[in-house]
Amino acid sequence: MWRSAVQVSSGKVTVKVDASIVPRVEDVLGKAGLKPDFVQFDGNSVKARFADLDAQRKAKDALVAALNPDAENPTYIVALNLLSRSPKWLTALHALPMYLGLDLRGGVHFLMQVDMKAALTKQADALAGDARTLLRDKNIRHAGIARDGNAIVVRFRDAQTQTAARNVLSDQLPDVLWLDSVDGIDFKLTGNLKPDAAKRVQSAAITQNITTLHNRVNELGVAEPVIQQQGADRVVVQLPGVQDTAKAKDIIGRTATLEMRMVDDSLEGRSAETGAGPVPFGSEKYVERSGAPVIVKRQVIVTGESLTDAQPGFDGQTHEPAVHLTMDAKGARIMRDVSRENIGKRMAILLFEKGKGEVVTAPVIRGELGNRFQISGRMSTAEANDTALLLRAGSLAAPMEIIEERTIGPSLGAENIDKGFQSVIYGFAAIALFMCAYYLLFGLVSTLALGFNLLLLVAVLSMLQATLTLPGIAAIALTLGMAIDANVLINERVREELRGGASPQAAINTGYERAFATILDSNVTTLIAGLALLAFGSGPVRGFAIVHCLGIVTSMFSAVMFSRGLVNLWYGRQKRLKSVSIGQVWKPGANVPVET
Amino acid sequence: MEFFRIRRDIPFMRHALVFNIVSALTFLAAVFFLATRGLHFSIEFTGGTVIETAYAQPADVTKVRATVEKLGLGDVLVQNFGSSRDVMIRVPLRADVKQADLVARVFTELCRAEGGTITAREGPVEQGQSASRQACSAGAVEPVRLSRSEFVGPQVGRELAEDGAKALAFVVIGIMIYLAFRFEWKFSIAAIVANLHDVVIILGFFAFFQWEFSLSVLAAVLAVLGYSVNESVVIFDRIRETFRRFRKLTTHEVIDHAITSTISRTIITHGSTQMMVLSMLLFGGPTLHYFAIALTIGILFGIYSSVFVAAAIAMWLGVKREDLIGTTAVKAHDPDDPNAGAVV
Repeated sequence: MWRSAVQVSSGKVTVKVDASIVPRVEDVLGKAGLKPDFVQFDGNSVKARFADLDAQRKAKDALVAALNPDAENPTYIVALNLLSRSPKWLTALHALPMYLGLDLRGGVHFLMQVDMKAALTKQADALAGDARTLLRDKNIRHAGIARDGNAIVVRFRDAQTQTAARNVLSDQLPDVLWLDSVDGIDFKLTGNLKPDAAKRVQSAAITQNITTLHNRVNELGVAEPVIQQQGADRVVVQLPGVQDTAKAKDIIGRTATLEMRMVDDSLEGRSAETGAGPVPFGSEKYVERSGAPVIVKRQVIVTGESLTDAQPGFDGQTHEPAVHLTMDAKGARIMRDVSRENIGKRMAILLFEKGKGEVVTAPVIRGELGNRFQISGRMSTAEANDTALLLRAGSLAAPMEIIEERTIGPSLGAENIDKGFQSVIYGFAAIALFMCAYYLLFGLVSTLALGFNLLLLVAVLSMLQATLTLPGIAAIALTLGMAIDANVLINERVREELRGGASPQAAINTGYERAFATILDSNVTTLIAGLALLAFGSGPVRGFAIVHCLGIVTSMFSAVMFSRGLVNLWYGRQKRLKSVSIGQVWKPGANVPVET
Repeated sequence: MEFFRIRRDIPFMRHALVFNIVSALTFLAAVFFLATRGLHFSIEFTGGTVIETAYAQPADVTKVRATVEKLGLGDVLVQNFGSSRDVMIRVPLRADVKQADLVARVFTELCRAEGGTITAREGPVEQGQSASRQACSAGAVEPVRLSRSEFVGPQVGRELAEDGAKALAFVVIGIMIYLAFRFEWKFSIAAIVANLHDVVIILGFFAFFQWEFSLSVLAAVLAVLGYSVNESVVIFDRIRETFRRFRKLTTHEVIDHAITSTISRTIITHGSTQMMVLSMLLFGGPTLHYFAIALTIGILFGIYSSVFVAAAIAMWLGVKREDLIGTTAVKAHDPDDPNAGAVV
């Protein structure tokens, strides 16, 4: 089903893999004398497929040597991988191979709980900062702003300022619902996030966490990582092929840190930047994404912890692409002081990962900065998007905790596939043998219908790109075992009609028709149970339920329509049908069984 | 071939009381074991950690147990699993034990007990896929390997138990509504009582033998519930039809006739399903073992309860001909009415 491949993906957040690297990979492989089946770009990485393991191994070595000149600091991750063996024309038809669950291929599974309370607290902190700035701007005197849980409490000396503040705050911070109250001698305004705003914060938090996880997981070079939201506040991470949970956890849990520092624009700094002089004391040399060196002071202004959000957008006046940044209260205060003193100078935003720093951007400070400011100028929309992503990449919007962890060894996975398929095959064979022996031709028709059902079920599953798991295979087996019921019902009915003295054609006709109502009824009850499992089940039970429900639907179709079609094809053209081959029809009262 | 050569209707309902007493006794026994022994829930429900290791030589469970107990993790369960070389270690959730690195700690200790050291081994495992893993090596051999591990936090377990209960309620209510709508409320009660008693009996078996009750067993139980209700539906369908066709029979005789004429189908269908389940039991390995066992018990008791119990309960609830064909007897459009369609 699978063939070996080599996958090239980005080794750093700041390096983006795109289609342009395909010719480079082809070139490297060509020079190494290797002929891949094809080299393709698939959104995140470039994959090259090979016919054999040996070529795969050689290709990996060649690519590592060519793409990563500095082995200590790899720009790209080159990993061994698997690709579907299906021919290209099938892939072009979107006929993709079935995904195998972790229990069938081995790997690591994490279920992570996102701490939503922390996300809301963070947001409340940011809003408290906003409120403080707003009130200062409007010259409204307050007696203190504090965060109490997820609420913001602002105190005033008199009712007049309270009303004035209320008007300003509800006007400028539409996401917050302000309630006024009197507490002793103090007049209070209590702000709570509106429910829809809170929901927005939470969904943004989970999206950002998923993005961050994606970036980190890419580094592992995993074939098909699954990173999905589950429920309101959970993320499932599945890494097929990975066996080392410690390393996986380390990478998933790692935080890249963001720092904002001033660019050293002293004479020495300038000359160091052009390479003319040494890096002055108290400064460090970093490289910008374009490759240009930037000399940055050691002193950190603020860290990424203070950055609550970074979004791409447009400048309000010039309509140029821009990145909008939001700082928390503490960060905003420092930023305001620093920016006021350094108008016209450059500030660098650095991203540290694995202990190595890189300058994301180094804009010039144009004016005094508050808690919300923007970086704009000489940027395309795509660059703005990238920068915003990078600025956010360092941080998780809310902390996460692993609440479920599963590791399945690869040999266990292969064993599970074998066992699952064996049970289906032997069970199927046993049923087929019995049906053919007991109902003769009708039994053969039933067996064919059952086989058709299996084919249809697998086809539908593959079309839906459902992940096949061991419970899923168990569900296939069970559904097949149950699906034969419909054919037994039909065959027994036909026999009964024959026993009652009906002519063969009439017996087939009424047999199918009468049995159908019963089949429908009995399948609906099974379907109710299946739907309940689907609605309330999680993880392995869900995989079982999906296959079970689909199997019930396909079995109704194949047992009734397909088998009837076959029977009609065989017997329908015979005008005067004397007998049908459905096994012995025994009639009570007659001493000698009548063979029909 | 014809297995079922039945000359006249078998008087099942004459013995209805006996059948129901048998099933009531089984039910009570199941409830008793559930109450006294309780279910042996898997860690999916209770939370905790499971580590499955594969030894190169047949494993010494006592030694493994002693090794793990030294770590002081509380009430640890160590047992063989599948073959004599596979050992399963179950560690309960404890607030004072850090769960995150538990698997690594236990595995390191087991490795040391076998005289090996942990090394990170990187390389293609199978089919050229790259994977790095913590391997235990003593010289050139690998005395013990980690084949599977699973950690479930406490909140997940609680949720699963709740969801399981919800799913069961959904199935019961859904099926009752459907049957009440399709047949009659007496049938819907009879079918649910008969089949819920199957569920309790399956659970009773799991409690008595202290088999592990996992998520897949829950799935099997619910699937069996739907499946054996479908058994009752087939019989009810026949009862309705018999009421229509033979107007002279009493309720008693109608039910006997319906069961007799469906008994061959019942046995053959269940036999076929059981063949499939047996194949899972024999070839499916340890993962599908309890799943298949739950299905087997469910199928066997499903036949019994839908044939002997459900119909009897419906009879005692007083099912009458009018209940089933009262509405259909008066048809708005009689197809044989020569004046049909001629409406002014």
